[in-house]
Amino acid sequence: MAEVKIKNLSKRFNLDSPLAVDGVNLDIADGEFLVLLGPSGCGKTTTLRCIAGLETQTEGEIYIGDQLVNGLPAGERDIAFVFQFYALYPHLSAYDNVAFPLRAQNLQKDEVDQRVQQVAKLLRIEKILKRRPTGLPSGEQQRIALGRAIIRRPQVFLMDEPLTNLDAALRTDMRVELKHLQADMATTMIYVTHDQTEALSMAHRIAIMNLGVLQQVGTPLEVYNHPATLFVAGFIGTPPMNLINCHLNGSNSLSDESGAFTISISEIQNLKSKIQNPNAPLMFGVRSEDISVDTAEGAGEVRGEVIVREPLGDETIYEVEIGQNIIRVKTEPTLILNTGDNVGLNFAHDRIHIFDAESQKAIKF
Amino acid sequence: MTTNTQITRTSNLPKIIHYAKEFLFWFVLIATFLFSIFPLYWMFITSLKPRTDVEMTPPTFMPFVDYQPTLDNYVDVFLKDRAGAGFAEADQEATRKISEFPTTLTNSVIITTVTTILAVLMGTLAAYAFSRFQIKGEADMRFFILSTRMLPPVVVLIPVFLMFNQPGELVNNALQNIPISFIQAFGESIKDFSLRNSYIGITLLYITFGLPFVVWMMKGFFDEIPKEYEEAAMMDGYSRLEAIWKIVLPEAFPAMLATSVFVVITAWNEFVFVLLLNRDNATTVPPFLFSILGYGQVEWGRTAATSVLFLIPIIVFTFLARNHLLRGVTFGAVRR
Repeated sequence: MAEVKIKNLSKRFNLDSPLAVDGVNLDIADGEFLVLLGPSGCGKTTTLRCIAGLETQTEGEIYIGDQLVNGLPAGERDIAFVFQFYALYPHLSAYDNVAFPLRAQNLQKDEVDQRVQQVAKLLRIEKILKRRPTGLPSGEQQRIALGRAIIRRPQVFLMDEPLTNLDAALRTDMRVELKHLQADMATTMIYVTHDQTEALSMAHRIAIMNLGVLQQVGTPLEVYNHPATLFVAGFIGTPPMNLINCHLNGSNSLSDESGAFTISISEIQNLKSKIQNPNAPLMFGVRSEDISVDTAEGAGEVRGEVIVREPLGDETIYEVEIGQNIIRVKTEPTLILNTGDNVGLNFAHDRIHIFDAESQKAIKF
Repeated sequence: MTTNTQITRTSNLPKIIHYAKEFLFWFVLIATFLFSIFPLYWMFITSLKPRTDVEMTPPTFMPFVDYQPTLDNYVDVFLKDRAGAGFAEADQEATRKISEFPTTLTNSVIITTVTTILAVLMGTLAAYAFSRFQIKGEADMRFFILSTRMLPPVVVLIPVFLMFNQPGELVNNALQNIPISFIQAFGESIKDFSLRNSYIGITLLYITFGLPFVVWMMKGFFDEIPKEYEEAAMMDGYSRLEAIWKIVLPEAFPAMLATSVFVVITAWNEFVFVLLLNRDNATTVPPFLFSILGYGQVEWGRTAATSVLFLIPIIVFTFLARNHLLRGVTFGAVRR
């Protein structure tokens, strides 16, 4: 068990290609479950492979425990890696697949057998140990791959989208199981995924990446409630946060270009003090659940027309058009609005977000 | 009634087309089969014919029906030509010496086996490197390797002959210019070294012919084997060589076998180079086969028998390898 420290990690695959990973700094505590989250091509897998030693970073340092592992080959870093496609050896039985890492250590046959049985029991794969992985259901292949990873009791687990290839129901089960497994073993885990549900439900902390740059690191609720950048705001949450281009106007309010969307902010002085250029383009952000609908005539901070209704059962999402902008509002399923209805919207002012549209960063006010 | 007939007509048409297609398919298949199998069949029955039946017109096709098959031709394969006239028939048979066939067959087996093992081994390793590592100028190197197959081999016949004839002398000539006595002495000692009429020379040449093919075939196979296999093994504490040995080679084995079938056939059948280079020693079966065609009357029965015997090892090898050829590479445990 160990902590992992990443300092200024950069990776460039070819001299003329852009940075796949761009100056990532990350401290992962001993026993922590950290999820690297981001869209495909954001550099999360490359970061993981650098930690594993499967790629060599262009710049930066990686520490596992107190040891600088930069020059160390993958096999000597004492970490286990679970691949997205499992990479089970097709010519070996499930038993031999699980035992494979122990055989590298030249352990006694008895001890190998004992540990394989132990892991098999933990993962409930005792019955399929004699079979070859080819042809087994993906859930069981997944367990074998996990078995191969945990049998060595490594310092750190690295997982590269291990649940992506499972079907939806199995994925939900495995999510819970993985979380338990990690908690029981108390081993540091770095888990790569593009699925925010996985990230939010499993992680102690989430590190969100985009275009090779680390956007934000925080607990699931931190990144949800206080997104540090526009990217995080748009990436986390279903539906994504409503984002509207706007700027400060003369009075104490924000408005979009046409002025159709205008909202007065009580702490506008505070906000103004944080902005150097009063004409700077801003982004107004609010989550769909932090908006309430007021159907009374002329009510609401802004008014718009309902254009789409999405009943989801436990909630209904309405798209409301205000000038050039479309705002998604999450409502109780009992509220029935028709397309074309003119409604007023009120915002939970303690839960609105303002971003600098140029630097893409959140402005705290 | 009119409507009825119309219905039958419309429903029959697809059936007719279906049968026509089926017929055409089987017709082409069977025709192709007969076309390719007939020469083999002809060779086989000719090898069993008595001398008198070989050139009979009209030709006969059915052993036991048209003629009584004999193994005389097969005996002939192992014996030299009959001595000239003037000897009694019995004396002739008694004095005939063993032919070169057993020797050349042994040579063929040795040369082909060594060629195949070395070419597949070296080609597989090269292909692995091409598939897994970033190599500077890889595309150019791969093209160069392929380009050696672009010329018909006969084009390089003369240069190869000159190279093989007396490479020792060429080296010696160069070494004599160096005024150091032991180097000159070394040059003297290898002066007579020649690659002609040697197993090493012809095997080297066949490996050269076989390698490009192996490299290209195996590169394709390795590209299909996910690199995660070795990465997983390397994460688990194995070195790359161990990972190749324990994981990649078992996966690639069917592909290696499939590739080796082609290398075996090429080396086994090669005629021109071995005829030119190994006239006196380490000769293989093809030149021997050519020699027994003779200059006067061709002994077709004996030739056919030799060809049949020459074919058998290849058929056996291909037969043994066939399961692996069909199985190909399995990728089941990695989902794409």
